This record gives sequence, C-alpha cells and structure tokens, in this order.
Amino acid sequence: MTLKRAAAITGIGEMRPRKSAEGLSTLGIWADVSRQAILDAGLEAKDVDGVLIGPPITEMVAMWPTHLSEYLGIRPRYANVVDLGGASAAGMVWRAAAAIEAGLCRAVLCVTGEASDVETFYTPRGRRPAQQLPGREFDAPFGPMGVNSGYGLIAMRHMAQYGTTGAQLAKVAVDQRTNAGANPDALFRDPLTVEDVLASPLIVDPLHLYEIVRPCTGGAAFLVVAPELAKASGHAPVWLLGAGESVRGTMLSQAGDITTSPIAVSAPLAFEHAGVSHADIDLVSVYDCYTITVLVTLEDAGFCAKGLGGPFVEEHDLTYRGDLPLNTHGGQLSFGQPGLAGGMSHVTEAVRQLQGRAGERQVAGCEVAFVNGNGGIMSEQASLVLGVG
Amino acid sequence: MGVWSESAVSVEYRKPLPAPSEVSRPYWDGLKAGQVRVQRCTACQAYVFYPRPFCTACLSEALEWVTLCGRGRVYTFTVVRRAMNLAFADDLPYVYAIVELEEGPRVMTNVVRCPVEAVRVDMPVKAVYDSVTSGITLLKFEPAG
Repeated sequence: MTLKRAAAITGIGEMRPRKSAEGLSTLGIWADVSRQAILDAGLEAKDVDGVLIGPPITEMVAMWPTHLSEYLGIRPRYANVVDLGGASAAGMVWRAAAAIEAGLCRAVLCVTGEASDVETFYTPRGRRPAQQLPGREFDAPFGPMGVNSGYGLIAMRHMAQYGTTGAQLAKVAVDQRTNAGANPDALFRDPLTVEDVLASPLIVDPLHLYEIVRPCTGGAAFLVVAPELAKASGHAPVWLLGAGESVRGTMLSQAGDITTSPIAVSAPLAFEHAGVSHADIDLVSVYDCYTITVLVTLEDAGFCAKGLGGPFVEEHDLTYRGDLPLNTHGGQLSFGQPGLAGGMSHVTEAVRQLQGRAGERQVAGCEVAFVNGNGGIMSEQASLVLGVG
Repeated sequence: MGVWSESAVSVEYRKPLPAPSEVSRPYWDGLKAGQVRVQRCTACQAYVFYPRPFCTACLSEALEWVTLCGRGRVYTFTVVRRAMNLAFADDLPYVYAIVELEEGPRVMTNVVRCPVEAVRVDMPVKAVYDSVTSGITLLKFEPAG
C-alpha cells in the first residue's frame, strides 16, 4: 500500500517574509496563515479535525498544537508536533495523508512560522542551546558557527572530492534570485550575478554571504484533505503521489560520507511510490538553506549523477523560464527563511505552480513537482512527488 | 607531543567547555595525559567515538579503552570568518575541521599552528593537546611533517 492519492493539498496560506517581527507574535502569525489556508481550501474552521505544527526555532513552548487549536476554536482528533527542522513541512504532507488514510480525520491543518528578529536570532536570548546533547561536548568547544559551518564542511569536501567550483555553487543563488524578481513577496529581489556572489564576503569557507539563508519573520500553512473534501476548494486538488523520508544525526563527524545525504534514500522512495521518472518533473522545489544544499539535493534525488551537480547547474537554466525550473519563488536564499515556514515555502510554491496561480513566474504546463524538505545539517530529509489531474 | 596552551594568558576561559560524563571521562582524562584514548568493542573490534555505553556496531557493552597514534588527515574543514559566539571573536579567522584519525574514528576539531590558507582536504595532521583550563584539554591538530 502507498499513500498515492490518499489525500490532496487544497488550500495554502502564507505571510510575506519580514526582516523583523514588526510586533507580530508566533501564535498570531499561525492564526493568520491558518485562516487563509482554511478559506483557500473552501472549508470552515469546524471542518479541520487534524493539526500538525512545526515548532518555532526561537521560541520553546510545550503543547503548541493545543494552543493553536484553542486559538482557532477547533477540536482536532489528530494533533502533533513535526520536529524535522527544515524537513518538517514536507514531512507533514505524508503524515497528514497517512492519518486521513487511516480514517482518523479528514482535514489536517499544517502550520509553520515564527516571529523572529535577526538582531536577536544569534544571541543566547534568541536561541537556547541544548546543553545535554553530545554536540555540546564534542563539537561546540571548537567554535561551530551554528549550522553554517556544517554546510561549509560539506561544500569544502564536495569541492575536493568532485572538483565542484565556487562559480557553480553561485549559479544556484543567481538563478533563484532571477525567480525572486518575479515574486513580489520575496525579501531579496535585486538582480545578482555569479561575480556578485563570489565578491560577497566569505563567511564559512567556501560559502559566501549570498549563498547563506537569511532568518526572518513570516509563516505558512496548508490544508491536506480527504478526497471527498477536495472539491470544496476552488482550485485543482494537488495530490500526494509519493513520499519518502530518511533521517541521520546532525553531528557530521558521525555522518560517514558527508557529501551524500539521506535524500539518496528518501527521493527514490517518493519517485517509486508515485510511479514517475525525473523526465516527468515539471518543477523542482527543494530546500535551499545554502547553495551546496541544492547541489547535493539534485545529485541525491537523481537529477544528475553523484558528484556532477556542479556541471549540471551550469548546463541548465533553473529559472521559471528555464529547462529545469527550480525554486521559482526565489527559494529561501531570496524569499527568506521564516523559521520552519522557509521549508514550507517549497510546498506552498509547488501547490501554487501546480494550481496555475503563480502569476508572472508561472511554469507553463506544470503538472508534476518534486519537493524536498531538509533539516539540520542535511540530516532530516522528506521527499514528495505532488501532482494535479 | 607536548601539552600546549593557546589560552595561557587569558584570565578566564569563556568558550564552551565539555562537561565530561561518567561514560566520556576516560576520553577527557586521556587528553589531559597527552593521549587520544577511544573505546573499542572487544566483541566486534569496532571503534566507538564519541564515547557511549555500548558499541554502535553490535550493541555489545564490552568496550575497552585503547590509545590511538594521534595522527590523521583532514577529512574536511571550513574557515570560520564570523563569530556567532563572541567568545571566539579573537580567534577569527579559524579552521573548524573534521579529522579522520589513522585508526578510523573522526573527530570535530581545530587545525592550529598554521595559516588558514594553508589547510587542505586530506592534509596529514598530528595531535596537539590544548590545555584550555586546569580541568579540560582539547584535542586539536597541526600539520604533520
């Protein structure tokens, strides 16, 4: 048994990313995007009988699903936190479908986002470190720069192992910026060149400033519903066709071959369940906290051979007008990363494109999308194939 | 292999310090004595690092502590050029690296005593025992030969 067509995404809600919280609260953001998603799906709050929450990175509160349900005035029969970092949103899609297929509920609200100020994000007040984890004992004494240094370690090894160049990595940021130029909600829209990226300051070698995501405030939500509720929405139902998930630890000293991610496990599962091949994919919407993340994802998801991600992104036009449209909303690198809603933006953008409501950046004839969520330091991976028709 | 302190002049050590547990204490004691000691499974011979109460290869609890040679190669590295933790600000830029020891285990570490521009993937390195406080010695590496 697979989850193929067990449930569809029929409604989305999203808040424009902002550089600071502007007086917004996390719960307030969630309520706003939840309302949008419920209405977009053509439902009423009372129809929602499932809630999945991606917890804020900067705000630790117990029992988030309960707090949001109370705020929305709903009584879900299925409520959970999905804590897979940036892979949480993609992970929610199949979890919601599985709960629906099991008969537990019919409409699952999936919510992410947070009120976050970049000024406090990197302070002890902004993020509470986990004191008891092994990383605290064996990594922290040597001065990691958050997860940035982890992706620097992956990128440096990838370059040494496969001959990947800085210009190849930069091409990812450049094409995504072109896409952001066609997205009025994106945080960064000014055109960018490969030279601009390589001239931006090195932060964690070999990664430059413009290859690194910007944390911000914002939120996103979507509704995953049973087939009989799908027609309530005025938009085409976006069906879950296939899903796969794979998780490894976040300590890179423990990760084995660090240039190969668990996507090599999760993506083939998603393709197999969906019964589609790479040639069928009209849109690639994949987690992009750093340029190297996209390169490794394309390789491990099988869009090119292992190690050839560099030449691959050079040879293909990744813009919404190109031969392999990728992160058409600009990706997190240009759209912004509002906590786990950054990872949800890859789902909401895929839904928008598949439903034909992406505006200026609409990909013609977009029927099947590959979505990937990535958490930690390429440690949690959730892959999806979504489709319409 | 002498004990070296890069922080001998600082009054107070402000960077994160490990809090050795019952399980990991022999590792930290080893470094203090100028040795890299890690666990090895007596049942399947697999090395276990970081320290754990059982073997991650076969789940046996029959682990012994063995001393490694302290040589290895840089598996990968990055140069950190911005401090997220201000305690590291005076060290910028510094090398944050994974070293693969000759016997196999990989450790997170710093490559020191050489310009950051000189560090390369697969470069041979040897242990440096950095006594950062009276209680804690960190395992760092320098270019070998």
